[in-house]
Amino acid sequence: MTVLVVAEHDNAHLNDATRAVVTAAKKIGGDVHVLVAGKGAKAAADEAAKIDGVAKVLLAESDALEHKLAEAMESVILSVADGYDALLAPATTSGKNYMPRVAAKLDVMQVSDVTAIEAPDTFVRPIYAGNALQTVKSSDARKVLTVRPTTFEKAGDGGSASVETIDAPDASAHSEFVSQELSKSDRPELAQAKIVISGGRGLGSGENFALLEKVADKLGAAVGASRAAVDAGFVPNDYQVGQTGKVVAPELYIAVGISGAIQHLAGMKDSKVIVAINKDEEAPIFQVADYGLVADLFKAVPELEEELGKAGY
Amino acid sequence: MKILVPIKRVIDYNVKARVKPDQTGVDLANVKMSMNPFCEIAVEEAIRMKEKGLAEEVVAVSIGPAQAQETIRTALAMGADRGIHVTTDQTVEPLAVAKLLKAVVEAESPQLVILGKQAIDDDANATGQMLAALLGWPQATFASKVEKDGEALAVTREVDGGLQTVKVNLPAIVTTDLRLNEPRYASLPNIMKAKRKPIDAKTPEDFGVDIAPRLETVKVTEPPKRKGGIKVESVADLVAKLKNEAGVL
Repeated sequence: MTVLVVAEHDNAHLNDATRAVVTAAKKIGGDVHVLVAGKGAKAAADEAAKIDGVAKVLLAESDALEHKLAEAMESVILSVADGYDALLAPATTSGKNYMPRVAAKLDVMQVSDVTAIEAPDTFVRPIYAGNALQTVKSSDARKVLTVRPTTFEKAGDGGSASVETIDAPDASAHSEFVSQELSKSDRPELAQAKIVISGGRGLGSGENFALLEKVADKLGAAVGASRAAVDAGFVPNDYQVGQTGKVVAPELYIAVGISGAIQHLAGMKDSKVIVAINKDEEAPIFQVADYGLVADLFKAVPELEEELGKAGY
Repeated sequence: MKILVPIKRVIDYNVKARVKPDQTGVDLANVKMSMNPFCEIAVEEAIRMKEKGLAEEVVAVSIGPAQAQETIRTALAMGADRGIHVTTDQTVEPLAVAKLLKAVVEAESPQLVILGKQAIDDDANATGQMLAALLGWPQATFASKVEKDGEALAVTREVDGGLQTVKVNLPAIVTTDLRLNEPRYASLPNIMKAKRKPIDAKTPEDFGVDIAPRLETVKVTEPPKRKGGIKVESVADLVAKLKNEAGVL
C-alpha cells in the first residue's frame, strides 16, 4: 500500500494543511509519498522531505503548475497515479479545484472533505454543512480523497526523505493564469487562524468592524463575519463563516453581535472554545458558546481590547 | 452560444437537516425542498449572459426524481428557455451525474456549462470539475465574476486568501460561488409562461450510463453536540476564564 499526498504550498513554503493530510495518509497505512507541484518549489519540497513519516517526495515544476491550474495539476497527478492505492489532497480551494478532475479520469468517486479515517476504505465526512456526519465505504479499487485539514493533527518534522524530480506534462492550451489578488492583510487566513473574531449584523456598519480588527491585531486573530453582515454589505464575502462561506475550527472563536443562525453555526461549531458577546440573552449563539457575555458590544469590545492589553497582549 | 445549466433539488437552505433515528440518512419526508442556492446563482448568471446578448439559449437540466421537474420549472420561470429532466429515483453520485451530463453535453453541444460549486446536501463540490475532466474542457470554479474576453472567458475565482483570475477558452465549465450575483425572483407572469416551456424527459438508460453508486453509506449520525457553556459577568471575567480555565489565551 502506498499513499500519495498532494502538497499545498506557495512554492516558497509548505502550507500546514499538507502536514494534516500526511497524518490522514498515515492512518490509511503504508508508505506515504508527497507530490510538490509548482515552480521554483524546491524549498517547499525540502520542507516536505523533513516531515515525519514521509518516505519520498516528488517534485514537478512548470509554468502552468506555478499557480496550480486545475488542468495542469490533473495531468501531473495522473502521470504518477498508477503507483498509488490512495491519492489525498487537502480540502482547500486548490485541492477542491483539481482533485475531482483526477478522480473522474481514474473513474473513481471522490470522497470529499474527509474528517476521519475509520479504515483504509471507510471514511467519515460532514454533509448538510456539518449537520450530519456520513460514514462511507468506497468500493473503488483506488481511493481519491480530499481531507479537511482542521480535523487532523499536523505531522511534525523528523523525516529525511529523498526528493525526486519528475517531469511536468505539457500545459493545457485552454486555460491560463491571469492574476491573483490576495487579501493584503497581516492577519492570518480565516481557515488557518488559531483565533477568529467574527462580527454580525449587530455591528451595524462596515466601519464598526474596526473595533474587531483592533482586538484581532492584539491576538493575531483573523476577522470573520456572519452571512447577515456580508449580505448587509458591511464586509466582503471572503469574510463569511458559515454553511455557504468558510468552515473554521480555531482554538478560540469569538462571535460578536451574531445571533447564531443555523447557517453560521454550521461554519464554526467545531471550534475548540466559543465565546459569544451579544446584548440579546435569548440569542441562539449562547447555546453553543462556552462563555457567553450578555452585553452591548460597543462597550464590551473596546473593554476586551483594554483587558487584553492588561493581560500582556 | 448555448449555455447548459445543471441544477439540483435539495433540502431548503433554511431547514435544519435531521438525522433519521435508524442512521440511514437525513429525514426528507415532508421537508421543504428548493433549488440548491448555488444552482440558482448559475441559472441567474446564464440568464444575464443571454440578456446581454452573449447567449442565445439557456437549457436547464436536472437529474432526479419526478419532483425535480418543479426545480426545472423554477429555472424556466427565472428565464431559462427549456428543460431536460433525467428521471431516476436512485441516489446519483457526482461521478455518475458528471457522466450523465457529459452525455447531455454531447447531445446539446453547448459552449458553456454553468453550475453550482456544490450542492448543500452532499457538499461534495465535485460535479463541475469531474464533468470538465471527462469532457477534456478547461474549468473556472468558484466564480465571483465572469466576463467575455474575445473567444474566451475571464473568470475571477474565490480562493483561500483572496481572488484569482483565470482565462479559459470556450467550451468551458464554470462553477458559481456566492458573490457572483443575486438571483432574481420569478414574476407571476413568468411563472405562468414557464408552464408552457418544454421539458424533455430522459432516463439514465437513454444515455447508456451506469449510475450504480461507488460509495456505500455505512451510517449517518448526528455530530457530537456541544455542551452548554456558562455566562460570564464582565469582560475582565471573560479574559480571566479564557486565560486560566480554557487556556486559549
